[in-house]
Amino acid sequence: MTTPAGYDAIVIGGGHNGLVNAAYLAKAGLSTLVLERRYVIGGAAVTEELYPGFHFTTFSYAISLLRPEIVHDLDLVKHGMLVIPMTTSFAPMDNGDYLHLGADSEENYHEVARHSRKDAEALRDYRNLMGRVAHAVKPLLDEIPPNVVSQEPDEVAHLADVAGYLRDLDPRVLNMLVRLVGGSASDILDEYFESDIVKGLLASSGIIGSRVGPRSHGSGLVLLYHMMGEIDGVFGKWGFHKGGNGGFTQAVGRAAQAFGAEIRLNTGVSSVITKNGTALGVALESGEEIYASTIVSALDPRRTFLQFVEPRDLPSDLVDAIEAYKFQGTSAKVNFALDAPPRYPALGNRTDMFHGMINIAPSIDYLEQAFDDAEGGTFSRRPYIDGAVQSILDPDMAPPGKHILSCFIQYTPYELADSDWDSEREDLGDTVQATLESYFPGFGNLILYRDVVTPLDIERKIGLSEGNIFAGEFLTPQMYLFRPAPGWNQYRTPINGYYQCGSGTHPGGCVMGAPGRLAARQILGDLSPNGRSA
Amino acid sequence: MRETPFYERLAPINSTHRWNNWAGYLVAERYQHSATAEYFATRNSVTVFDTSPLFKYRISGPDATDFLAGVLARDVRSCDVGQAQYTIWCEDAGFLLEDGVVLRTGESEYWLTSAEPNLAYFSGLIGNRKVEVADVSEDYGLLAVQGPHALNVVARLVPDARDLPYFGVTSADASGRPLTVSRTGFTGDLGYEIWVRRDDALSVWDDLAEAGADYRMTPMGMRALQMARLDAGLLLIDVDYSSARFAWTDAQRETPSELGLGWMLDRAGDRPFIGHSAIQRELANGASRWRTVGIQVDADAYEQLYNSEGVVAPKEGVYVDQAQSLYDRDFSVNSDASYVGYLTSFMFSPVLKRHIGLAKVPPASAGPGSRVYLELMVSNRPKYVPARVVKTPFYQPERKTSSHRGIRE
Repeated sequence: MTTPAGYDAIVIGGGHNGLVNAAYLAKAGLSTLVLERRYVIGGAAVTEELYPGFHFTTFSYAISLLRPEIVHDLDLVKHGMLVIPMTTSFAPMDNGDYLHLGADSEENYHEVARHSRKDAEALRDYRNLMGRVAHAVKPLLDEIPPNVVSQEPDEVAHLADVAGYLRDLDPRVLNMLVRLVGGSASDILDEYFESDIVKGLLASSGIIGSRVGPRSHGSGLVLLYHMMGEIDGVFGKWGFHKGGNGGFTQAVGRAAQAFGAEIRLNTGVSSVITKNGTALGVALESGEEIYASTIVSALDPRRTFLQFVEPRDLPSDLVDAIEAYKFQGTSAKVNFALDAPPRYPALGNRTDMFHGMINIAPSIDYLEQAFDDAEGGTFSRRPYIDGAVQSILDPDMAPPGKHILSCFIQYTPYELADSDWDSEREDLGDTVQATLESYFPGFGNLILYRDVVTPLDIERKIGLSEGNIFAGEFLTPQMYLFRPAPGWNQYRTPINGYYQCGSGTHPGGCVMGAPGRLAARQILGDLSPNGRSA
Repeated sequence: MRETPFYERLAPINSTHRWNNWAGYLVAERYQHSATAEYFATRNSVTVFDTSPLFKYRISGPDATDFLAGVLARDVRSCDVGQAQYTIWCEDAGFLLEDGVVLRTGESEYWLTSAEPNLAYFSGLIGNRKVEVADVSEDYGLLAVQGPHALNVVARLVPDARDLPYFGVTSADASGRPLTVSRTGFTGDLGYEIWVRRDDALSVWDDLAEAGADYRMTPMGMRALQMARLDAGLLLIDVDYSSARFAWTDAQRETPSELGLGWMLDRAGDRPFIGHSAIQRELANGASRWRTVGIQVDADAYEQLYNSEGVVAPKEGVYVDQAQSLYDRDFSVNSDASYVGYLTSFMFSPVLKRHIGLAKVPPASAGPGSRVYLELMVSNRPKYVPARVVKTPFYQPERKTSSHRGIRE
C-alpha cells in the first residue's frame, strides 16, 4: 500500500546496514527513502574532520568482514570503495622489546621465534585451523538463519540442514568451532602458545567490543568473529578503507543513490505509524509523516522494538527478550591529531610497523587486569589499545607530513560505579595518553588535538544503545538463532511490513553489511508473488 | 649484473634483499614483502619505479619526422613538440616487432624507449635520410612517479608539470640539472616519467624522495608494476605478445589489430610504413586471426568452484603470466567443448575485487559480453569457470587523464 507522495520502502538509519539494505531494495525497483538523523550518513562508520585538515574515523576504524557479494552486487568499486590492506601487526612490550608481524610468513616465524620457538611453529598451526574454522562458518554468515521457534516444515528442515552441515565438518574443525562458540580465548591460546606477547596479541581479538575478559567464556566467540575477517580470500586479514570507514559508507550511499534510493539527512524518526498490526509509515521528529508499505529499522533492537513501536503491539515474550538483550557498551575511542608519527625507541625512526594495527596488550594478564577494573565499575587504569596511524598508508587523512592516530580503548563500562562519563571523559583521555607515552616516549609532545569518545558519547551521537559498537553484545545467547530474539531472527517483526536490518540482527556488527543484505532478501521474498507474505 | 644509476639508493631500501634481472640490470621484484602493498601505494598515494633498464634512443636530424613516420605504425607526424605517443613498429608482414613510447622533444628531435635493443635495427633503416639514431641508454636514468599524489611530488622539482596534459612532455632545469618529464607511465594511474642525466641521478633521487616523504612515496618493484599495468589493460612483451623478430612461426606472431592496437593505424591508410601493405590486406580481407580482449571471471562461480572442493578461492597474490586455455563451454560437463583461445595475463585485481585477464579469442567471440570458460587447476584437477569479455582498461581513474592546469595541491 503506497499512499500519495509515499515510498515503497523507508529505511530508518543511514548506517552501513541501512544503506546496504536500501541499495538492494532500490536495485530491485522499490522506491526507497533512507532517513538519517545526523548531518552525515554512515552511522558508526563515518569520517569527520574534527580538526582542520585531519580526518578522523570518529568511531569505526577498520574493515574486513564486509561480504564480498555486496561489493559485486552493489558495484561498490565503481562508487569509490578502496580497502587498503594492513600488512603489519605491532605489539609493544613493557621491556621495550616488541612483536612485529609483517606480510612474509617465513620472516614472521623468525620474529615470533625471538620470543618463543614453540610459538613460532604453533602460529602456523593455529592460523591454519582458524582459517578452516572461518571457512566452515562463512556460509552461515551469508544465509538467513533458521527460525528455531517455528513448527513450519520449511523451518524445521532448515534447522536440520544446518545441523547436518555442522555434523559433516571435519571433527577437528567442529571441535574448535564449539570451543570458540562456548569457551574462552585464553583456554585455546594457552593450548597453542607460551609467550605472553603472542598470547596478548591474539587474545585481544577475543575482547574487542565486548564486556568479556580473555579468560571469560564468550571471548572465544569474539575471537572467532575477528578471525572470520577476510581480505581477498585471506582470513584474519584487515584493512583500512580509503578516507576511513566513512569513505566506505559514502561509497555505499552513492551506490544506493545510483540505484535510485533517496537519502534525507538531518531527519530523525520518532515512531513507526501502525494500524491493526501493519506498518503504514513513519512519523518524524519534526512532526511530518511519510508513508510506505515497507519500513525497515537499521537501528538497534532496543530502538526497533521498544522506541519506534508500542510494546503493547508486540508479543510479551519478544518484549521480555529485548529488555533482557544485553548492550553494556564497554569501548571508547580516543583520536589524536599528531605533528609526526610516534617513535618507538627500539625501532629508531622506522614507521613501517604502522602499516597495520598497534596492539597495546603485552599479555593476557594485562587484558584481564583491564577487565577487572571494568568489573569494579571504573575504566581500565592501563587500558587495552588498538591503535592505527592510518595516515601512514593513507596520507590523505591528514595534511602532508602530519598524522592521525585512532585508538580503540577498552574497558570503559557504560555505567560507572561512582561517577559519570561527562566527569570522566578527559581523565580517560589522559589515561590513554599516559599509556601511549609509556611505550612511545615523547608522544605527548606530538599531540595537536585530542578527541575522546566515551560509550555515552557513542550513544548520544550515533544512537547505539549504551554505546555498544555491535548493536548488542556478541554473546552466544544473542547470536544466530537468537539475534535479537528467538523466532525474530529472520529480519521480520510481529508488525506486518516492519523489518529490522541493523547489526542487532544476524550475523551482527563489524561492518559486515550482511544484516542489510539478508534483510533485503527477506523483504523482497515477502513482496514477491511467490513469497511468503507476512 | 649491471646497476642502474639509482642502484646506490635502491639497494639499502630493498628490505627483501632480492633482485631480478631486467635487461641485464638488477631490479627489485619488490622492496617490501607485500607487492600488493606497493600496488596499493600506487592506487592510493604515490610510488616511484626505476625504469632505467629500458633502452633509450635519441632520433634527431632534419629528416627525423619523415624517418619515424616510415618506421612506426602510429603516425608520428600527429605528435607535436611537447607531446608523447604510445607507439609500435612492425615488420614487413605486418606483425608486431615491439611497442614503446616516443617523446617529441624538438621540431627534429625524438626520444624513444623500448624493452629490447633496437639501435642496429633503426640505424639500418636510415638510408640517405639526414637522421641520427643515438643510443643514450647509458646516459640517462629514468624514474616513473605514479599515483594520485604523483603530481604533488613531481611539481616540487618541476613546477611546469602541473600544466602537462596526458602524454605531454616538458623540459626543465632543476637547480642546474636538466630534466625531461612526460606525463606517461605503465600503471594506468596519474603518473610522470622523468629522464635524468646519469651524473644527476642520485641528487635528483634525493630531492624526489624528500618531496615524496610528505605523501609517503613508496618505491615500487616489478610485481606491483605488472599488477598495475594489467588493471590498465596494457600489454607486456614476452607475456601478452612476442616480438615477431624472434618468433619462429607465424603462430607466435601477431598483428596490431590482433593485439587490440588497431586504433593506432591511420584512417586513410595511405602513409607507407613498414608492414603497411600487409596490414591493409589483413584489414581488407578480414584476415585477423585473433582479437585481444579483456576477460572478467564470474566471481560467484569462481567462489563456488573452490568452496565445493573445501578450499578457499585464491584471490590475494594471484598473478599468472603463463598461457591458460579458454573453452567455449564447461569441458567438465560438455565433452565436446572446444578450445577457443588463451589467456596471457591473469590476476585478482585488489582494487577491482575481480579476477581479470588479457586473452586472445577469435574475432567472432570477441564482442563484449561473449562467454568463455577458463581452465583452472582446483585441488589438482582441471575445472572450468565462466568468464566474459569486457572492455579494457579494466581500471581507469579520472585523474589518469584529467587536466591539472591551475590546480594547486
